[in-house]
Amino acid sequence: MTSAHTVEIEDCGTRFHCPESEGVLQAMERQGRRAIPVGCRNGGCGLCLVRVTQGDFKAGPMSRRHVPPGRCAEGLALACRVYPQSDLKVRLATDMDRQSSQQECPKGQDGR
Amino acid sequence: MAISGVLRPGYVQVRVLDMKAALEHYRDRIGLDVVTTSNDGRVFLKAYDEFDHHSVVLREADEPGMDVMGFKVADEGELDNLHEKLLNAGLSVEEIQPGDTPALGRRLSFIAPTGHRFELYATMEANPTGPMVQNPELWHAEPRGMRATRFDHCLLYGDEIDATKQLFIDVLGFATTEQVVAPDGTVIATFLSCGMKAHDIALVRHDDKGKLHHISFHLESWNDIGHAADIMSRYNMSVDIGPTRHGITRGQTIYFFDPSGNRNEVFAGGYTFYPDNPVRTWSTDEVGKAIFYYERALNDRFMTVVT
Repeated sequence: MTSAHTVEIEDCGTRFHCPESEGVLQAMERQGRRAIPVGCRNGGCGLCLVRVTQGDFKAGPMSRRHVPPGRCAEGLALACRVYPQSDLKVRLATDMDRQSSQQECPKGQDGR
Repeated sequence: MAISGVLRPGYVQVRVLDMKAALEHYRDRIGLDVVTTSNDGRVFLKAYDEFDHHSVVLREADEPGMDVMGFKVADEGELDNLHEKLLNAGLSVEEIQPGDTPALGRRLSFIAPTGHRFELYATMEANPTGPMVQNPELWHAEPRGMRATRFDHCLLYGDEIDATKQLFIDVLGFATTEQVVAPDGTVIATFLSCGMKAHDIALVRHDDKGKLHHISFHLESWNDIGHAADIMSRYNMSVDIGPTRHGITRGQTIYFFDPSGNRNEVFAGGYTFYPDNPVRTWSTDEVGKAIFYYERALNDRFMTVVT
């Protein structure tokens, strides 16, 4: 098992361990914590959007509708696709975070 | 009444973030067979009990969701009739000649008021690995994974569900089998059939256009639903809810997610619908039972998690 780091959710102070190979959301659920809303757990639905305010992480594939290109480098990410490389501090996405993502990816576009 | 016009759901094209992970999911877990990969990188799959060339198309993209759902029509003449009806209904219809998609004949493509793209076609080449027709064994080789028998239906979320519902009824000949209605008469959800299944497509009212709630795969039995649940736990797949039963359709079900967050369903049972059956209506104060008959409550994700 790879080394585990500590993740702290700033909004509620919840702390839990997360191995480098596991998504923050999955580690939270597995340990019975409820701090971040759980949706698809696979980078698609955007429900677990967070901002990483401190620490390093790797990100897995995420829908650009919820995390537009370039925004991940600022710490905006889906918690299900955040793999910690150090201890992390995370806060839940604000309405403003979500609005700014949606402006970059307009609703209702035909997928083809 | 014999089935004519639109026969059934034929294919669905789904966007995935990572093709390798998607193939592991749809091929190894759900049990679909890969048929071919096209020059543009799309992967075509089918369930073991389907005759036609393909029923599921995966396209790698940077955003999940559904590109298009296709319905098979009885014959080319019927396709021409439906073309005229769609134009008379004021829709913008693109007729696409064969060539860009393996094994598929000419097709009609249009966007419904909810923002979803639908296609109609009458011709698709048969797949040589389809079910046997002479002294037919159950299958060529025993099915893998969840043993999906076919692509069954989609539940789609969108804003103008009344207009899309009317399109399916008035132009495409579908019938409403079941619905959820608010006290003010607003239809929240509608279930539509083009044949004798409890639904071939369902629509739920939602703020955004063009959303996918789930694509559904038919399994043979409640036993196979349990087997699918075993597979989901064994491989740590993302489960939404189930095994459970829907009040609507009475189908036995599990909702779960593909590796890109698109919701899938495995579905067994469901009643047989005849065109003379009355519409079954649920009121919003009983919507929990309507959707999840055993839990008797919606989960948080039902109304909010879509791709």
